Amino acid sequence: MSDLLQTALVSGLLGSSSVRIAALVGTAVALVSGVVGVHTVMRGQSFVGHSLSDIGATGGSGALFIGVNPLWGFLAMGAVAGGVLELMGLRRPRGRDVATGIVLGAELGLAALFLYWDASFRSTTGASISILFGSIFVINPAIVPVVIGFCAAAMATLLLLQRTLLLCSVSTDIASARGVPVRLVGVAHLMVMVLAVSLSALTIGAILSTALLIGPAAAALRVTRRPGLALIIAAGIGVAATWAGIALAYESYYWPPAGHGWPVSFFIVTLIFLFYLGADALSVLRGRRKARVRAPSLAAAERV
Amino acid sequence: MFDSFMINTWLAATIVAATAGVVGFFAVLRGSAFAAHAVPQGAFAGAAGAALLGINPILGLGVFSLAGALGIGWLGRRARTDVATALGLVVMLGLGALFLSWSVEYAPEIFSLLFGEVLGVSSDEVLPIAGLGAVSLAAIVVLYRPLMLSSVVGEVGEARGVGRRRMEMCFLAVVALTTSMTVPVVGAFLMFSLMIAPAAAARCYTSRPGVAIGLSAGIAVVTIWVSIAASYESGWPVGFFVGALGAVSYAGGRGYAAWRRARRPAPAAA
Repeated sequence: MSDLLQTALVSGLLGSSSVRIAALVGTAVALVSGVVGVHTVMRGQSFVGHSLSDIGATGGSGALFIGVNPLWGFLAMGAVAGGVLELMGLRRPRGRDVATGIVLGAELGLAALFLYWDASFRSTTGASISILFGSIFVINPAIVPVVIGFCAAAMATLLLLQRTLLLCSVSTDIASARGVPVRLVGVAHLMVMVLAVSLSALTIGAILSTALLIGPAAAALRVTRRPGLALIIAAGIGVAATWAGIALAYESYYWPPAGHGWPVSFFIVTLIFLFYLGADALSVLRGRRKARVRAPSLAAAERV
Repeated sequence: MFDSFMINTWLAATIVAATAGVVGFFAVLRGSAFAAHAVPQGAFAGAAGAALLGINPILGLGVFSLAGALGIGWLGRRARTDVATALGLVVMLGLGALFLSWSVEYAPEIFSLLFGEVLGVSSDEVLPIAGLGAVSLAAIVVLYRPLMLSSVVGEVGEARGVGRRRMEMCFLAVVALTTSMTVPVVGAFLMFSLMIAPAAAARCYTSRPGVAIGLSAGIAVVTIWVSIAASYESGWPVGFFVGALGAVSYAGGRGYAAWRRARRPAPAAA
């Protein structure tokens, strides 16, 4: 039996080295994104999280133009944009929306310029498509240790700051009353988010980066109100969707209509969305049951 | 620069910029910048799908932007608006990735859908653009009072029978309409820059809504004119100039507001 499993796995799905790398990097990125995502959703910074992936792509295309590894372009541009956003007033909910919009607009303009230069001097028009849609199956093996290392660092920062971050995410007022340096914690969260989003945008594409950051966290927060549990559920949903997506994409080589596989981004995004819809339905059902239990007791109270 | 083949470009760009400036004012006022980004970028999947089926891309854009806008509104019933927008966006982009993998479209054509191809507008494209622009502006005029009420003081609007959810749906539908007109010409990213930066800058100069709408449309039109001229001269993409000028005009607006505050330290209202 174990022999059979062995042959099936080694010769099939996990036999391919690109699938193994995809599973490894995908897991690391999904874990970090899920955990950062819970804080991002609680702080109402989804737009910032999404913008950072597009902004990272600008840095990636710039790095491609000057000929360095895109990883550094993603990280550098993300950090710069994060700093600018913080200075422009990311903390106030009213200013956040416009500030993010202006920075994103300017960065997309820069992306157009870099991609134009890339296309006219190096004839790599496909760069914009591969950066936006990315493919988890074509990760350069050389950057895998670096990516895993950054993911571990981000995870360690998150675990260290866990309680402080949660307090600030839930209520800035209580946090500052208790002497927490709220602005500093906000910057720390922003930088960890830059790290997570840049790494996932680089390895699996800008689309998946937003999906992994927001989707699992939003689903987890529909199911539970306990933040610690939400972190675990979000990371679990992210990893499960990534693995199932990779397996489905591998399977889809035999599916119509094309002779090549369906994109893995499509599967992972769809699975995450289904998880969210499921969590939403579950929370509605639970709310109804609770209302039904409460209703008779209310009626009883009125009678007395 | 003013040759006959450029006339269509100037016309289309002016219509697009004026509409984006007006619709963008409400996007900034309502704090819907994310939706203004998500609807055009997601609708791009519709163009990819239309290319796959061999039908007119404007139809695909229209269907997808409207479906996306209504989907975001539907998801937003129970979730926070920004989360709903992010989820709607990634689902549309996921579909876009699927359509792209099925089609045999060349990369430069997709690049132009994202970043625009404003220097290549043909004369039979100008009429639909003008029509859709007129419809978008008419929708804003019809919705003007309830939309303004609901955007500025939502609670008062609810009390007077202007549902917030209904207004959000209406506004997203207008954004979708504007999107399907502009994306083939200026691209999804440029559309977003034209909607947010001029409106945000205009709000720094005046707090009177009517003046701000006019100013926003004016800044947007000047931005696109200067950008086209600069792009024509340098050969660099229009999107770069629009993005840069947008940031500059917003920085100018913030500077003006700060200068006015410094000159009058204690305004009468405070």
